[in-house]
Amino acid sequence: MIRLKQEDYEKIVAHAKAELPDEACGLIAGLADGEDKKVEKVYLLTNVDHSNEHFTLDPKEQLAAIKDMRANGLKPLGNWHSHPESPSRPSEEDKRLAYDSRASYLILSLMDREQPVLNSFRIRDLISEKEELIIE
Amino acid sequence: MKIVVAGEKKEVAEGLTVAALIEQEKVETPEYVTVSVNEEFVDQGVFESRVLNDGDEIEFLYFMGGGR
Repeated sequence: MIRLKQEDYEKIVAHAKAELPDEACGLIAGLADGEDKKVEKVYLLTNVDHSNEHFTLDPKEQLAAIKDMRANGLKPLGNWHSHPESPSRPSEEDKRLAYDSRASYLILSLMDREQPVLNSFRIRDLISEKEELIIE
Repeated sequence: MKIVVAGEKKEVAEGLTVAALIEQEKVETPEYVTVSVNEEFVDQGVFESRVLNDGDEIEFLYFMGGGR
């Protein structure tokens, strides 16, 4: 299970909408107790692909985020990205490029701009499994 | 010599290369790892030849990307 603050959810949605038509992306960090995770900070990073079909986190910003997490006693919990025109589920490419089976992969669908859908997934050996996401 | 790996101070052998450090640290899926030394990214092609120096700060970053 992963918990996300309402304000952080809104931060993700606002950034993803601002980046349209491109995919937007970032990192999530927080605290973990076994399978229970709590997101304490959301990082909004640059999609260096600048594409509506692909994303790659900017490595320099990724490095800065990792250092910020360490300085604030937070653990990297995973990443998030948006699907401007497709549902909130991992694509084949998302699964192929998911190297960390412990990470949470949050995907925000903006197919319906007024009704964004955010889900969290765990991905292992090309198989994705939905993870309970609580926005509070 | 002393280096800092992912925020942790470590004592390592003189002349250690980036490639040797990756092996020593048992980095998972090293083919997808980006390495920075003192905030400068090291090209994968020179992992074998890039020698680390006393006081270097090293970070391992995993490629993160995807597509629809």
